[in-house]
Amino acid sequence: MTKKEISQRIEDTLQGTVVFSVPFPTGDDLSMLKEMSPIVIKQPYAIDYNYSYGQDSPFFAALANGRFIVSRNPKSGYTYPNPRGHDMYSGTENEWVEIVPEGKIHAFTVCHFGSEAFLPECPYILILVEFEGCDTLFLARLIGADPDGASLDWIGKKVKGRFLRNAKLKPTDIYFNLVD
Amino acid sequence: MRPVYIVSGGVSKFAKARPDKTFVGMVKEAYDYTLADIGIEHPQFFELVDGTVASYFSDHFTRQLMAGIMAQDYLGMIPKPSHRVEGGGATGGICLQEGWKAVASGYMDVCLAYGFEQMSHVETWKGNEFIAHASDVTMDYPVGGFYSGYYAMMVTRHMVEFGTTVEQLAHVSVKNHINAYHNPYAQKRQRLTIQDVRSAPMVAWPLTRNDICVMSDGAAAAILCSEEGLAKLEKASGRRLPRVRVTGIGRGTDAMRMADRPHQSFDDFYKYNALPNEQSDDARAYYKDLWAKGFRYPGVHSFRAGRMASREAYKNAGITDPLKEIDFVELHDAYTSSEIQTYEDMGLCRYGEGGPFATSGKTFMPGIDYGLKLAEKPVCPVNPSGGLIACGHPVGATGLMQGVFAFWQLQGTIGKHFGDPALQVQNAHRGVIHSHAGTGTYVTVSVLENEK
Repeated sequence: MTKKEISQRIEDTLQGTVVFSVPFPTGDDLSMLKEMSPIVIKQPYAIDYNYSYGQDSPFFAALANGRFIVSRNPKSGYTYPNPRGHDMYSGTENEWVEIVPEGKIHAFTVCHFGSEAFLPECPYILILVEFEGCDTLFLARLIGADPDGASLDWIGKKVKGRFLRNAKLKPTDIYFNLVD
Repeated sequence: MRPVYIVSGGVSKFAKARPDKTFVGMVKEAYDYTLADIGIEHPQFFELVDGTVASYFSDHFTRQLMAGIMAQDYLGMIPKPSHRVEGGGATGGICLQEGWKAVASGYMDVCLAYGFEQMSHVETWKGNEFIAHASDVTMDYPVGGFYSGYYAMMVTRHMVEFGTTVEQLAHVSVKNHINAYHNPYAQKRQRLTIQDVRSAPMVAWPLTRNDICVMSDGAAAAILCSEEGLAKLEKASGRRLPRVRVTGIGRGTDAMRMADRPHQSFDDFYKYNALPNEQSDDARAYYKDLWAKGFRYPGVHSFRAGRMASREAYKNAGITDPLKEIDFVELHDAYTSSEIQTYEDMGLCRYGEGGPFATSGKTFMPGIDYGLKLAEKPVCPVNPSGGLIACGHPVGATGLMQGVFAFWQLQGTIGKHFGDPALQVQNAHRGVIHSHAGTGTYVTVSVLENEK
C-alpha cells in the first residue's frame, strides 16, 4: 500500500496579500525595533444576519401592504408610533391600531455626512413626526424638500406618509412628503 | 457605604490615531502614569490592589471580544478579579462608579479602573456606522443612522422651543477648544472664533464640524480606595497622598429610541424630575409659563437621564444649589448643543436658559482670552480641560479622563500634569463629572471633593 502524500506547506498565494519584503535588521542588534513604525494591515469583515423582527413583525408587514399601524395600550390609550409589544408604564400588552400617516414635523436635520451605509444618500433629511392621537414621535426621511433650504420654519409643517411600491421590509418603507 | 477616595490617575495622549500602540499598550501608558504619580511600582501595587474594572464601548472597533481581559493580562493584573462594563458614551463614567461601588461596598480596598477605545482602525464614516449601531437597529439605524443627525434634531427642537441660536452653540466650541489649547493631552488645541465654528463644513444642520467631538484613540486609568486602602498605598508610597473623595454618585436612563421619550406634564416634572433649586415660587411660575407655551418634558430637547443622575448625585453629596456649590464641571460635550442641554439637566440654569447661559461667561475659565465679549465673570467653569469636543472621545476612556482631570483640579496639580497652570481652577473644592450615552440613554454624574 502506497503512503498518501500530505503537503507540509501552506500555499503562499491562497490567503490574500502576499508580502515579499518587510524591513528588518539584518544583524544581531534588535534595539532599533523599538523605533520601528507600526505595521497596519487591512482586515475585511462582513456578516449577513438572519435578523428577526420578532413581535415587531406586523409593523413591517403593514408597511409592505401600504398600511401604517401603531402600538396602543388598550387600557390607558397611550400610543407609540414605533412598534412596541408592551407599554412602558403599565407593563401590559399593547394592541395594533391603524392610523393615517399624516402629521407635523416636530424636529429635523439635514445630514451632509453620515455612516458609510448612507454616504451615497447625502444630503438627506431626517424628521421626527408628531401624529395626532400618538403620545410619542416617529423617525423618518423627508423627501422632496430642498436640503439647502433648511430652516426652523420646517418645524410644524404638515407631512404625509408615502409607501415604497416595492417594500424592503425596513422602516424606510414609509417616507414623508410636505403637504402644500 | 464606606468613604471612597481617588488617589491617582493617568491619561494617555488622545489622538486621531495611535498606530504606535495597540489598545493594551495605551492602557499601559495611562496605568504607568497613574502609578508613577504616587511613586509606586507595579509589583508593589499588584500586592495591594484587590481588583479592577475595565471599560470599553465597542467590540466592533476593537474587532476583539473580551478585550478587557487582554488589558488585564497586559497590565499584569491577572489573576485578580475584574469585569468589563459597557454603556455607550457613558462607559467610562459607569466604570468609575463601578470602582466606587467595589470599594464603597467593602468588596475591595483598592480598585483600579481603566478604560480605552481605539477608533482609528476604521475610517470615520465606518466609525459613524459602528456608533450608530448604538441606536435601535430595527427602527432608527436603517432610517439614516448617524448620531450627529440625532443630536441635530434635538438642537432644532431646542432652538424652536427656547430661541437657542447657533452663535450660542458656537460659544461652547470656542470655550472648549481654547481651554484645550492649554491641555497637552487634548486632540484639538485650537484658538477658534465664532466665525470659524460657523464656517466649518456642515455635518448635520445646524451642527458644523466644530460643534461635534472627534473620534479618538486613547486610554485612562484611576485608582480608587477605602481609608484602609489609602493607608496601604501611603505606606507603599512613603508619603501622604491627597484626599479626593467621591461624595456622591447618580445615574439615570431614558428610552433607547429618542422618539419614544415621553412628553410629561408640569405636575409629573415636579413630582419626579425637579431639583431642590427649582422648588421656589419663582421657579414654579417660570416652568408653569413654559408648559403654557407648549413645553413638554423631556421631549427630545432635554435629557431626563442626565437630570435623574444629577438629582441622585446631588442628593448623595448634599448639593441643593448646583451653580453656587460646584466649583467646576467636566461634562459630556459630544456636541456643543448637548453641553447646553446638559447645563439645564444639571440645574446650572433652568430648562430653556441654556443658550443665554452659554454666552453669559459663567462657564468660562478666568484669566483666559477667548476673544469674546462676555457679560459676566466665571462662576463655575464647565469643561476646563477642553471637554470631549477638543480633548477627543475615545469612548471607554472618556468618563475616566474626566475623572482624572477633575481629580487633578481638586489636587491643585493641573500645572504639574499639563505643564501649564492656566486651566487650574483656583481653590477648587468640589467638582462634578458627567458621562452620557446614546441620545441620553445612560447618564452618570459623580461628585468629587477634596479633603485638606
